[in-house]
Amino acid sequence: MEIKTKSRIIVFIFALLVWFALTDIKDYQEALIGIGISLLITFLAGQFLVTTAKSQHPVKRFLHFIIYIFRFFWEMIKANFEVAYLVIHPMLPIKPGIVKIKTKLTKDSAITVLANSITLTPGTLTVDINEDKKELYIHWIKVSSTDINETTKEIGEKFEKTLTEVFE
Amino acid sequence: MKILKWTIGLIIFAAFFYFNFFIYQGALMLQLINVILFSSLMVLIRVIIGPTAADRIVSVDILGVLILGLTALLSIYYNESFFIDVGLIWALLSLIATLAFSKILEGRQLDD
Amino acid sequence: MTDTIGIILICIGIAFDFLGVLGLVRLPDVYNRLQAATKCVTFGSMGILLGVIVMQGFTSFGFKALIGIVFIILAAPTAAHAVARAAHRSKIPLAKISVVDKYEEDKELIDETLKEEVEV
Repeated sequence: MEIKTKSRIIVFIFALLVWFALTDIKDYQEALIGIGISLLITFLAGQFLVTTAKSQHPVKRFLHFIIYIFRFFWEMIKANFEVAYLVIHPMLPIKPGIVKIKTKLTKDSAITVLANSITLTPGTLTVDINEDKKELYIHWIKVSSTDINETTKEIGEKFEKTLTEVFE
Repeated sequence: MKILKWTIGLIIFAAFFYFNFFIYQGALMLQLINVILFSSLMVLIRVIIGPTAADRIVSVDILGVLILGLTALLSIYYNESFFIDVGLIWALLSLIATLAFSKILEGRQLDD
Repeated sequence: MTDTIGIILICIGIAFDFLGVLGLVRLPDVYNRLQAATKCVTFGSMGILLGVIVMQGFTSFGFKALIGIVFIILAAPTAAHAVARAAHRSKIPLAKISVVDKYEEDKELIDETLKEEVEV
């Protein structure tokens, strides 16, 4: 199957599911309008969701994605307690700065998810991406080292392994 | 100077929480809604005094997410689900506004 | 029972909302404010919407809250990233206690190479 067709089918199913979840269906006309709007969305913006073929098996990718979600929520809870402690502390014990990390991911979607996860985890915020050298610029609220290898180990690696399984 | 700021802030917070939770006699949900409204007032302080344009953009973006939580609480209190729709649309528009404003702040045009 | 759990989740969410806004007022420069505000307010609003889901069950009410959670998880980091990059490119400085700024160093390098290319 061609990739664009596959992407359009996935978008159609998702749009229809969201419509059925948001409206209490009492009449067949509501369902018909939902199908029509989903078709419109599919033909306007359907081919942009999936752009490259994935090598892993779908079930394996799904399992890794579940693991990733749990790890992500754990990191997020830790991040929030850390920031809450910083904000309540009277002396504001911060030591901010912008550091660089390397990444091995190649696909655009994988780098996007990595950047979003880094933003929501302890003390870090993605500022920019250098696409040629595969480097991310991170604003870090408590800088402990400026060496690129150590920062990569401390910030990026906990997500990278799972994301490689899911998105590549 | 710092001690003065601290004293004023602590007095304002203590007064607000005392009035909200011990003197005001509304339902629990209304008291929680009051806390979110107080937070929105603090966001507006940052909008007014923010030294740069980026501070103001951040504050307005955060206000959108806060309003999403506020409308969720309102929909629980009145038991009507359409308040969440209002919050979703508000958050969506505030996201688009933030992206457009940050593009202009960066010095690019919107169709760049 | 579900009402109690929902109220507890909502209270946690509101506490984190308040702390995030406190960070927005207290911290020194725009990048630190962005960190505190984005993390804490996203988590707080997520907690409130999760409480709504627990209290209402999986009706259309609950699904609306679920869509809200997915939306803010995707949208808040994106907006934070856009504002941070725009602030750095429009030359808003970091606070004075900052330790290191690799992005500024690399940007100067890129500018110099561009100038050399233009001269040649």
